[in-house]
Parts: sequence; structure tokens; C-alpha cells
Amino acid sequence: MPILSLIIWLSIFGGLLTLFVGDQRCRMLALVISIIAFVLSLALYFGFDSSTAEMQFVEHMAWLPSFGINYSLGVDGISAPLIILTTFINIIVVISAWEVIQDKPALYLASFLIMTGFMVGVFAATDSILFYIFFEATLLPMFLIIGIWGGPRRVYATIKFFLYTFLGSVFMLVALIYMGSKADTFSILALHDLALSAKAQTFIFFAFFVAFAVKIPMWPVHTWLPDAHVEAPTAGSAVLAAIMLKMGGYGFLRFSMPIVPDASAQLAWLVILFSLIAVVYIGFVALAQSDMKKLIAYSSISHMGFVTLGMFVIFGIVANAGEGAVASQDSHVVMALEGAMVQMISHGFISAAMFLSVGVLYDRMHSRQIADYGGVVNTMPLFAAFMVFFAMANAGLPGTSGFVGEFMVILATFKANFWYAFLAASTLILGAAYTLWMVKRVIFGDVANDNVAQLTDINKREKIMLGLLAAMVLFFGLWPQPLVDMMHVTIENLVQHVTTSKL
Amino acid sequence: MDNLQLVAPEMFLLCAICVVLIGDLFVTENRKPLAYGLSQVALLVTLILTWWISPETGSVTAFGGSFIMDQMSVICKAWILVVSMGVFLYSRDFVNSHKITNGEYYTLALSGVLGMMIMVSSSSMLTLYLGLELLALSLYAMVALKRTDERSAEAAMKYFVLGALASGALLYGISMIYGATGSLHFDEIKSSLAVNGEGSTAAMFGLAFLVVGIAFKFGAAPFHMWVPDVYDGAPTSVALYISAAPKIAAFALAIRFLVDGLETAHNSWQGMLIVLSLLSIVLGNVIALAQVSIKRMLAYSTISHVGFILLGVLSGSSEGYSAAMFYAITYAFTSLGAFGVILAMDRQGVSVNLLTDLRGLFRRSPMYAFVMMLLLVSMTGVPPTVGFYAKLAVLSAAIKADLTWLAVIAVVFSVVGAFYYLRVIKYMFFDEPVEAAPVNAALDVHLGLAVNGAAILFFGLFPGLIMAACAAAFGL
Repeated sequence: MPILSLIIWLSIFGGLLTLFVGDQRCRMLALVISIIAFVLSLALYFGFDSSTAEMQFVEHMAWLPSFGINYSLGVDGISAPLIILTTFINIIVVISAWEVIQDKPALYLASFLIMTGFMVGVFAATDSILFYIFFEATLLPMFLIIGIWGGPRRVYATIKFFLYTFLGSVFMLVALIYMGSKADTFSILALHDLALSAKAQTFIFFAFFVAFAVKIPMWPVHTWLPDAHVEAPTAGSAVLAAIMLKMGGYGFLRFSMPIVPDASAQLAWLVILFSLIAVVYIGFVALAQSDMKKLIAYSSISHMGFVTLGMFVIFGIVANAGEGAVASQDSHVVMALEGAMVQMISHGFISAAMFLSVGVLYDRMHSRQIADYGGVVNTMPLFAAFMVFFAMANAGLPGTSGFVGEFMVILATFKANFWYAFLAASTLILGAAYTLWMVKRVIFGDVANDNVAQLTDINKREKIMLGLLAAMVLFFGLWPQPLVDMMHVTIENLVQHVTTSKL
Repeated sequence: MDNLQLVAPEMFLLCAICVVLIGDLFVTENRKPLAYGLSQVALLVTLILTWWISPETGSVTAFGGSFIMDQMSVICKAWILVVSMGVFLYSRDFVNSHKITNGEYYTLALSGVLGMMIMVSSSSMLTLYLGLELLALSLYAMVALKRTDERSAEAAMKYFVLGALASGALLYGISMIYGATGSLHFDEIKSSLAVNGEGSTAAMFGLAFLVVGIAFKFGAAPFHMWVPDVYDGAPTSVALYISAAPKIAAFALAIRFLVDGLETAHNSWQGMLIVLSLLSIVLGNVIALAQVSIKRMLAYSTISHVGFILLGVLSGSSEGYSAAMFYAITYAFTSLGAFGVILAMDRQGVSVNLLTDLRGLFRRSPMYAFVMMLLLVSMTGVPPTVGFYAKLAVLSAAIKADLTWLAVIAVVFSVVGAFYYLRVIKYMFFDEPVEAAPVNAALDVHLGLAVNGAAILFFGLFPGLIMAACAAAFGL
């Protein structure tokens, strides 16, 4: 059974159907579709063979023979967890929109469903042009979501979002076509083995770097993210943070590192530098925010800095290990990449949860300013419990999933350079500072004003939504092993590719 | 006279033009829609005839080798006819409500189509020139159809003067090449140049003039000055006509001259086309940013798309030619739809001139807004619309010709272009409408636009259908 195609096209056609059933019945339909898509994606987990690095659930069809472009899908240990995350978040999105979105809910839900289909396609594509098509196709639904249902500065934010990411990705397109013409195929795995000169590698590295650094986003091209996050509707922010940013990280793992390993090794210092700036400087920037959504947006950038750090620090570890050592046997190299992956998955749950928590408050008070709140715990005790828990996870408290990834990355980074690790570890302080300080001002203290006094606690729908996310955060915090097992062999194989010179 | 049946579609169309012209004189005022119906039937029959007599493979010539029927001409003709049918459909109500004389509009438009068909099928420079002038003269007159309107008259005058100059340059180039090679037939020119090499100064001198003529007919920078004025000044239905099918004909013009005739001089014309293509992409996209009139914006956007078509042609490979053909065809029906939406909105007595007139279209008529969005996204080149594959094909050809730097500049400016397309989407979707009344177009226009929008998506998912035909036209 072509599970991957089923998930993708069920979401897309389901989205179109949602559009046509009208505003009354669209919610139920969207929920059913998103749950079916999630159940289908669970088959990826249960049917997954974690003892091989080969692509699984492979589908292959000639699609544009005159160009050598194929409709080929498949998953390995890196993409399968991301697909399951995507379909899971989609359910949360549908629940979160239930009674909140009153203006054209059918179009709203349809946009999210269609976008989910595209995002699954991004992670599942094993043909580089197909990847690019899905990668770009996600822009349009998000453009509409921010532009139609967003906040007051939505037009500025959404056009900035579109142009930034579009500019980033066109260079990737040129690079892909260039390599496709050299290799006579667009298959990603074939490109992994394509011999490239040092000069070509450098150009291709920067082409990919621009695309993925904008997407993930990395300092200094991160400025679209706070705007987009602040103006987007709650679910839009959640999907943006939980899934869309991961496309950048996934791109580094799938394209940059294995396709241009020599250029990656040579320019790893640049990525590490940007990552550390993101972790430290953006951490301070987050501290200064007075808007809750903006604060979480900056915290996302800082957390994604960990992801890129974990990926590119492996070149330092390999260099320190010296000649003769086999990198794929080096537990720290593998740990760094696994840490980056775990961080991506965990951030998917935590950032979505944080944005949805802010959304819960925003729906009641129509303000995102920290100064407008205070003493929420007195009127919304249950909500306060959830929010404090997610805040702790965001700060990297042991026992939550936020801890696992950060810890693995820091531990591995020590093997590369003490000062890298030192700077990276400062996030444990900074992250705790900005998150908990926000929680203190919003949740605790005396009831600040009459509006807060009139708040009602979360209803059943919101309980389900936050409860599901809390369960995930706790599960992967206490027992990350299933996730790590799933990707282990794939990562080892990836390390093999990344550390084999193409020159 | 050998192989006369090859020109059956053209002959039929010529007869049909006469019937429409004379018939229109004798019908009373209230039965004027007759001209519209007859024209559509004429196009349909011509389409069937074209398909009927098309050779299975290879090429057949008529009139002593002056007229050729090959794969490329069949496909180009078929699309010219289909697009023209769309043009007539969308412009029908505009023509009626703006009191443009029916008979003249359809007669001139049909003779333009005839001119394009002759251009596409020509295998000698004179035939090509004949078709080109038939098209050009029809266009001059069509632009001036609202002769009491100052802007319309000014645009027509400008177009005519510049067009005549360009035709002169083209003719001069033709005479130079005739002098150098001693033949008007493309295949003989080609073999003559192959023997003499590129050494013939006269031929290269003529080539430069040919390129000027081609660039003008395409509307490529720096010979683009007429485009915005004509789009803006001409009645919208005429702007629609000019923006769609003639682009396919201009592509054929370039291929017949540069590839069929002067392919051996590829090195000489590649440099010229690089300049044209680069200037068109840069100027078109940058100046379009500053436009507030929707027709002027589309005019500059056309210029930038012409740059992309030339990018395919200048690659100098069969791949590049078929990519350019794909681009020209898909652009023609994208542009058709965009003007179609503007025309459909125009008829409420509300004139659509400014970008801001599209404000809130999504709240008024969601279907039109979605169709327009798809068309604009396709022009931007974002998947999953057909415009993406057009750009992909053209860029891929350029990169294979070792022109990666040109491809990089082209994509950067297509990002600049994305801004003004997005701005239109912004007006349609994010702004509140000034008036609440939905767009109220006739049912067949409504259907036509829906099909047009769906085609953008359909060919975006299955681009292979057109791509294979384009590849076959150049023996790939």
C-alpha cells in the first residue's frame, strides 16, 4: 500500500473537499481527515525497519520523463519521525481552530490540510525536484493563512515571509538543476554520490545554505520569523514553528552535508559561529521582549541554533579524533546528529504548545503583551499548570523532551571545542531566564486587572489539545529511546557519507 | 501547385474572414452577435482542419518549399487557435458593452490569427514577412478601434510608427541575408552558411537587423517601449489579444529565422539574445514594481517573461527550443486568464484600471480571486502551477549551455517579480472590498475562467502532457 502517497493526497484532496462542504460541516470533516492521516503515518513507525539505512515505503513513478524527474517517495530514520510529527501537529491545529476561527473556517482548515500534505511531501520526497516542488508549494497556503487571519501588520509580515523564503530557495533550484545536469538524474541518493569539484561544492553549499538558513532560520537572516509569528493566527504560528522550521534542518541533513561534504567541513566554522550567535545573542534578545509571541519566536531561533550547532559540530569532532578513527563508529559524532534530530522533534511539540498556550490567553484577552497579564493562576489554575510545564520544557528541564536534545548536543560539542560547549550551555541559563521570567509575570503574582479577574479556565477542547502535547513532551523526555532507535542506523550511514571526501 | 491541401486551414480561415466581413454588413443591429458565433465556429473548424491534415512525422512543404507543415507548426497553430477562442470568449461582452464595432473587431482579429498561422508555417523569409505584416497591420487597426479615445489613438500611432520601423529593419536584414546567401528559403540559407562558415560579413550584418526586428515583435527590452503604452491605451479586449497568441507566433518567428535559417551562426546571435534576455528580465521586473495601473503592470511583466522565452532560445539546444516553446504556450494561456478576469470585472460599468480596483475580490467573488491567484502564482513561477515548469525547463536549458550566471540573475529577478504579483494577491485577499456586489459575468465566461484556472493547476501536476509535445517538435 502506498502509505506516503495516501497521506499526502488524502490531506490535499481532503483539504479541497473541506473547502466545498461549507463552513458548517468543515470542522468535523477536517478532524476526521487529520486523524486518518495521523493513523496512516503511525504505520510508518510500526512498519519501520530500524536495522537498515535504506529508504523504506518506497514509491517510484516516472513523472516528467523528458527531464528525468520522477515521483519517488521514501522514508528513512530521519524523515519518518518528522512526518509523524507533521500529521500529529495537524490534528492539534484542527482542534485549536474549532470555535476560535469564525471567519471562513472552511478555507482556513483547507489551507492547513493542504499544507500538511505538502509538508509530508517535503520530508518524503526522494527526488530533488519533487522536494523543491513541495518545499515551495507550502509557501502559498501559509501566505494566505497569515494574510487573511493574521494580526494588524499581517500584510507586511506575510509578504516578508514569502519573499524571504522564496529568495532563499531559488538559489537551491539553480544548484539542483546544475547537479541534475551533471548527474543525469535528480534522485537525492544519487546526488549523494555525485563527484563535485571543490569550487562547485562551495557554490552549491552557499546555494543550499541560503535556502535552509532562511528557513530554519539562522541569524542574521532570521528577521522574517518574529514578524511572521507575531502576526500569524495561533495555529499558523504553531505549524510554522513546529514543522516549517524543521524543513531547514532536514534540508541540511539531507542535502548540504552529504552532497557537499568537503565544502561543509570547510565552512562548518561559519555555521557554528552563526549557531552560537543565535543561541547566545538571540537568547538575550528574547529576554528583552514584551510581546509573548515574539519572545517564543526568538526562543525558537535560539533553539534551532542548537540544531545547526549539533549538525556542523561533527566536523570539529572528526578533526579532533585524528587520522585513522572511523567517524561512523565515533559515538559523539552520532550523538551530535541524534541530538540535533531529537531537538527538532522536541521543539516541534514544545513550540507548538507554547504558541497554543499564548493563543488560549489571546482568545480571552485579545492581547499578547506580557504587561497586560499577571496572576492568571488565580483564575485559570489548570491552564497555569500546563503553561508552567511547557515553559519548563522550553527551558530544558530534565524529564521533558527539551532536555534530551540539548544535553546530547552540548555533550558532543565538548569533544569538538570547550568554548563552543561553554557558550552553548549558556542557553540553560538564558533559556530558563527568559521563559520563566515571562511565566512569572504572566501567570504568578496578584491578579493584575479586571480583565484577568474575569478569565475562565480552559474548556474541554483546550484540555485535550494541551494535554496531548504535554503527554508527548513528557513521553520523549522520559523515554527518548524509541525515537533514537528509529534514526540510529540512518544517522550512522549519514555520517559515513558526510565524512567521505568527494574530491 | 503541389500539396495544396496543406494550406486548407489557412484558406478556410481566409474564406471565413470574408464571410464574417460581408455577413456583418447585412445583418441588423440586434443580430450582431452573429459575428461572434461565426468567428468561434471558424476558429474551431480551422483547428480541426489543422489537426486533420497534420503529418504523422517529419515535415511536408508546399508552394515550392515556401510553406512548411511540421510538428512545431502544428502545435503552435493549435495553441494559437485555442487561445484565440478564449480571447473571443472573454472579450465578447466587453466588445458589446463598450460599443466597439463587432464586425471589424472579429474580422481584424481573425486576420491576425491568419497572419500568425502563416508565420508559424513559413519556410521562406518572404512568407514569414507576409504573415508578420498581416498580423501587424491587424494589430495596428485593432489598437485604434476606439478611435475617438485619445489614448487609444496615441497608442496606435506609436505602435504603428515603431512597428513600421522594426519591419523596415527586418526587411533590410532579410535583403542582406539574401544577398549573402542567394536564397530566401531557410534550408538553403542554412546549407549555404554551413559551406561558407560564419565568414560572411553581409550575413552577420543582416543577422543584427533580424534580431532587432524579432526583439521588437516580441517586445523585448530595449525594444519594448511600445508594450506598456499599447497595453494601457488599447481597449482591454485588444490588449488581451496582443498579450496572448502573438507571443507564440513571435516564438515561431525567432525559431524560423534563428534556428531554421541561421543555426550555424549560433555563436553570433547568442550574445545578442543574452543582452536582450537580460535587459528584459531586469527592466521588466524592476519597472513593474512601480506600476499602479494593472494593464501597465502586466505589460512589464510580459516583457520579463519574454526575457525567459529568449533565455530558452539562446541556449541553442533542442532542449532550449522546446523549453522556450513550452514557456510561450503556457504564458499565452496564463496571460489569457489574467486579462479574462479583468475583462469579466470590467463590465459592471466599473472600469478596472488600477491595481486597487481588485481590492477585496475574494470577498466579492471567491472563484475569480482564486483563478486570478493561480494565474499570478504561475507567473511568479511557484509550484504546483505550470509556470514553475516553464521556468524550470528554461533554466535547465540555460544551465546546460554553461550559462549558470545568467540563470542566477534570472531567478533573482523573478523574486523581485514575485513582489508585484503578491501585491495583487494582497489586494484581492487581504483588503476589504469597496463594493460588495459580486462579479456578474456570463455563464460561459465563468466556465471558461474556471477551466483556465484549473488548467494552470492541471498542467502544473501533469506538465508532461505539453512538455512531451514540445520535445517532440524538436526531435527530442
